Amino acid sequence: MTGRESAKGGQKPLLSLRNINMTFGGVKALKHVSFDVLPGDVHCLAGENGSGKSTLIKIITGVYRPQDGAVIEFDGQTYSHMSPVTAQNSGIQVIWQDLALFPEMTVAENITFQTLLGRWPRFVNYNGMREKAVKALARLGVTLDVDRPLKDYAIAQRQIVAIARALVGEAKLVFMDEPTASLTQSETDRLLDIVRTLSASGVAVVFVSHRLAEVLEISSRLTVLRDGALVGVYSTEGMTQSRITELMTGKTFDQTVRARDVSANPVVLEVEGLCRPGQFVDISFTVRRGETLGITGLLGAGRTELALSLFGMLKPWSGTVKLEGKPVHFASNRDAIAAGIAYLSEDRLSLGLIQPQSIADNLVIASLDKIAASGLLSDGRKRDLVAQWIADLGVKVGKQEDAISTLSGGNQQRIAIAKWLATDPKLLILDAPTVGVDVGARAGIFDIVAKLAQTGLAIILISDEVPEVYFNADRVLHMAKGRVVNQFLPADRSLAEIEAAVYA
Amino acid sequence: MTAILNRIRTGLGPDMAGPGFALIAVLVVFSLASPQFFSRATFGSVAFQLPELGLLTLAMLLPVLTGGLNLAITFTANIAGLTVAWVLQQNGGADAGPFAFLLGALLGVGVGALSGVVMGLVIAYTRAHPILVSLSMMIFLRGLGEFLTRGGDVSGFPAFLQPLGHGSILGFPIPLLVFIGCVLIWHVLLTRMKLGFNTYMIGSNIEAARYSGVNTRKVLVLVYTLSGAMCAIAGIIMLARFNSVRVGHGESYLLITVLACFLGGVNPFGGFGRVIPVAVALVVLQLLSSGLNILGANQHLATAVWGILLITVMILRFAAGHFKSLKRKKG
Repeated sequence: MTGRESAKGGQKPLLSLRNINMTFGGVKALKHVSFDVLPGDVHCLAGENGSGKSTLIKIITGVYRPQDGAVIEFDGQTYSHMSPVTAQNSGIQVIWQDLALFPEMTVAENITFQTLLGRWPRFVNYNGMREKAVKALARLGVTLDVDRPLKDYAIAQRQIVAIARALVGEAKLVFMDEPTASLTQSETDRLLDIVRTLSASGVAVVFVSHRLAEVLEISSRLTVLRDGALVGVYSTEGMTQSRITELMTGKTFDQTVRARDVSANPVVLEVEGLCRPGQFVDISFTVRRGETLGITGLLGAGRTELALSLFGMLKPWSGTVKLEGKPVHFASNRDAIAAGIAYLSEDRLSLGLIQPQSIADNLVIASLDKIAASGLLSDGRKRDLVAQWIADLGVKVGKQEDAISTLSGGNQQRIAIAKWLATDPKLLILDAPTVGVDVGARAGIFDIVAKLAQTGLAIILISDEVPEVYFNADRVLHMAKGRVVNQFLPADRSLAEIEAAVYA
Repeated sequence: MTAILNRIRTGLGPDMAGPGFALIAVLVVFSLASPQFFSRATFGSVAFQLPELGLLTLAMLLPVLTGGLNLAITFTANIAGLTVAWVLQQNGGADAGPFAFLLGALLGVGVGALSGVVMGLVIAYTRAHPILVSLSMMIFLRGLGEFLTRGGDVSGFPAFLQPLGHGSILGFPIPLLVFIGCVLIWHVLLTRMKLGFNTYMIGSNIEAARYSGVNTRKVLVLVYTLSGAMCAIAGIIMLARFNSVRVGHGESYLLITVLACFLGGVNPFGGFGRVIPVAVALVVLQLLSSGLNILGANQHLATAVWGILLITVMILRFAAGHFKSLKRKKG
């Protein structure tokens, strides 16, 4: 190992890329991109899905080889391309979104296993391992029991373990891919503190994130990619979220409050005193025809559990649910679907859609009776039904038989919405409908939601991103620790006021 | 020329390529190696031997599509056969009438289905792994059967059962007709019925299917019930062909049925696979063993060649997938 004397010093970049080009199957994934990271910098790499962010990281870490003419300088050395081994040996580490850890192994093993690879003699020194692990965690200001299996810890702690692993690997530059995607606000705050600690100790951190609020909070500089090309490098000082969105998408979004007054419409859903101890207590609200009711609150506020109770997948202990005036009790979600309630899951990848199966099959799965003729399913009817929904919701698809996993997040979500609309619901519950959907495509999803509300559908929109419910719902409930703590109309309050209350 | 090939390929579906290719290869190699291969005798023997393995493979197919397995198929078939034999013996053995057989067959299918119901309920409600559940059922059925028969043969059936195992209608062996009928039923079930649709969905992601309103427990129970009923049909055909029932008959078919599914392009983890390619794969396996037989090879060698064929198919599939991704990268 060489020392770390070169990491100090003036404004000479730690990492500098020039003239990076990359083509996949005729598609230019990166066009003449350059990218600089300063020592100790906290840098944000922003861009929509498909803008070339991950391709760029994979070039820096040696997974891909850029086309000829590329120049990569890292820590004083010049390369035409990296290999995974040179990248790691010279101090470049990536923490992928899935963390790539071993849940069954102990914290210490997870932190140190990389340093053991290929060393001789091939014995494991458990004491040395634990010492190293404790030291790495101490650098982050964290104490964990290093002898416990990793699976005992929640996702936030696992992330810290992944960061500690990077430190043990003598990282000078750490990439974090969507690190806050599954964290609560307080966990995110702690992670951001750790990033600051890292940066202060001279390690440069590059954040790859969709969440614009954190980007602004943590990073000093910002590189934006769009369609494989560099848009620019910006200082985050004086930068606003809407400006970043504009840079990422190349479009301007005027966000206006969409709320309408629907208090004269008949009530579709009436919930009174609904309880499921440990998850939510004493929930009462109504949703009217054509109304979009927003429910916001932090992760763990009981939002999803409430939605699943309305959808018949969890049983409330007490309280009543009335649908169009009639009390309903659902033994399963099939009863709820038959009664006219649809629930779009927050977890599109593993619960919302069946990823390996076709677009068409995913769309018709909840409404098979519609494509049946005298008891047998009809391919012709299926094709017509799917074609109609694809046209109605403006989904971009190749063939109906393609696996749904081949679609972008936004298009997948449209198919998931179509699946539920095909069941003719009276109430549509959308649980975090924009998770994993590009900023540009989000607006398209909310346009659909607005149109559906105009046709008289009652909608419950659940999101932990306050602006989403603020701009798109007619009325907003704020849930915290299983209770509705506040209820307001977007027109009466400012966004900042509500954000402050929710994120407090 | 390529256009025609492409049209044939899209018409048959991509999963037909493997078994179709293997079928052509086997036909070409054996007809070159032996002039007697293309004879009535060869195809006669294939037509009579195919149905036993074929029906058991159909019984295996449905659980595999849900991402499970039914290891109890052969002993379910034996127990169903025993049920038929018992009813026949109670009604006069060799003198029993067709009505007794009909009653026995219904009861046999019922017993087969019952073993499926039990497995399906346990798998659906306890979420225990299908391998463990069906293995337990297999051991139970074997023990029960050996206890009831004292490990011996049960025989002495009425003469009218003979044609069911050895007779032909218009030149088509009756067992083959039964098999073709069952293939068609399975084909319609999987491509045209809600149960079939849901079987595929469950095989890919059972939780996502449940969130979409699929009654996943009901589907699992029905899948194993149908699998058990299909075993019973196989057991009845075996009874007629051997003119006896013995616990352990067809035991060696068990793993071959899994491999026949795989050769027919069924995804071993569930969610994908069609009946017709599996039927073609069965024909290939049977032609292979009959062809080797004609060449004078030992029966055991034929089994060894099946193993080699399946390993070759796996390597070719890997190579084909690799080639495809290379082509995609180069554009």
